[in-house]
Amino acid sequence: MKIKLISAAVLAGLLFGSQAAVAEESLLWALMTPLRQKELVPVENKLYKQECGACHFAYQPGLLPGKSWQKLLTHEALLDHFGEDADLDQESLKEIYDYALANAAEKSYHKRSRKIAISTAEGEPPLRITEVRYIKRKHHEIPDKMIRGNKKVKSLSNCNACHTQAAEGVFDEDTVSIPNYPKY
Amino acid sequence: MNYVYAIILSGLLALSPVASATPASDALMASYKAAGVVKADAATGKANWTKETRDADGELMSCSTCHGTDFAKSGKHHKTQKVIEPMSPRVNAERFTDEKKVEKWFKRNCKDAWGRECTVQEKAEFLTFFLTQ
Repeated sequence: MKIKLISAAVLAGLLFGSQAAVAEESLLWALMTPLRQKELVPVENKLYKQECGACHFAYQPGLLPGKSWQKLLTHEALLDHFGEDADLDQESLKEIYDYALANAAEKSYHKRSRKIAISTAEGEPPLRITEVRYIKRKHHEIPDKMIRGNKKVKSLSNCNACHTQAAEGVFDEDTVSIPNYPKY
Repeated sequence: MNYVYAIILSGLLALSPVASATPASDALMASYKAAGVVKADAATGKANWTKETRDADGELMSCSTCHGTDFAKSGKHHKTQKVIEPMSPRVNAERFTDEKKVEKWFKRNCKDAWGRECTVQEKAEFLTFFLTQ
């Protein structure tokens, strides 16, 4: 009986604790969402993968809310895409825009997207995935030297430098391997 | 007289298809020629490849910043670390096989490296240089 009581208390503590940590979405609510799935939808659109992936990791649309993609994926915005010309022809832009909007964070039932959608629901749309509160919080404990000071990483935006299955939409801690810091 | 022939011949050579030319690169050269390019010198293209200008962030940039100078090897995007496939058409068979793609990247990358689009003359020189690699 005593053991049961203790374990119940521990469980309650865990539940409460994780609820506090997961400020964007309560654990209880998460558990009650039957359609909820793990991780993130990988990129399925060939053109999106090809065009966005030509210069950088092809970030899954589910990493940002639709209101962010709306701002990023216009002809004018792409002419100065974080300092670079990433302009696309009208036809390609439409396909990529539509795909991103249809698969934006708030359209997804996958765990990471849900958290991103909730953490960006209010306020100005973030233009960088690294500005999303949930993403920031998930990385804030990692020392700067392992990211910016790390020649093989250089930036938090370089997802697949450490997330070995990033392209498959898997960002689980178990799949992380930080270059030059194998034991972290 | 021989001298005149030599000039004409070298001019023709400069614009004539080379070993690694593709139908797309031939079409591009033809369009540059139609736009007024008389002579496209690979050596000028080579010199421009490493010509540095300061970008908006104050960083010195040239084509080779990301692509490197060994065309048989892959390059790396200076900001995103993304690997860029080798420029050499001998090593990378996909290079210069799609006219639209070549023009798209000329436009983007000239702006990134030099802060402006390249002139037709510069593009013709670059392409001539690329095809010798």
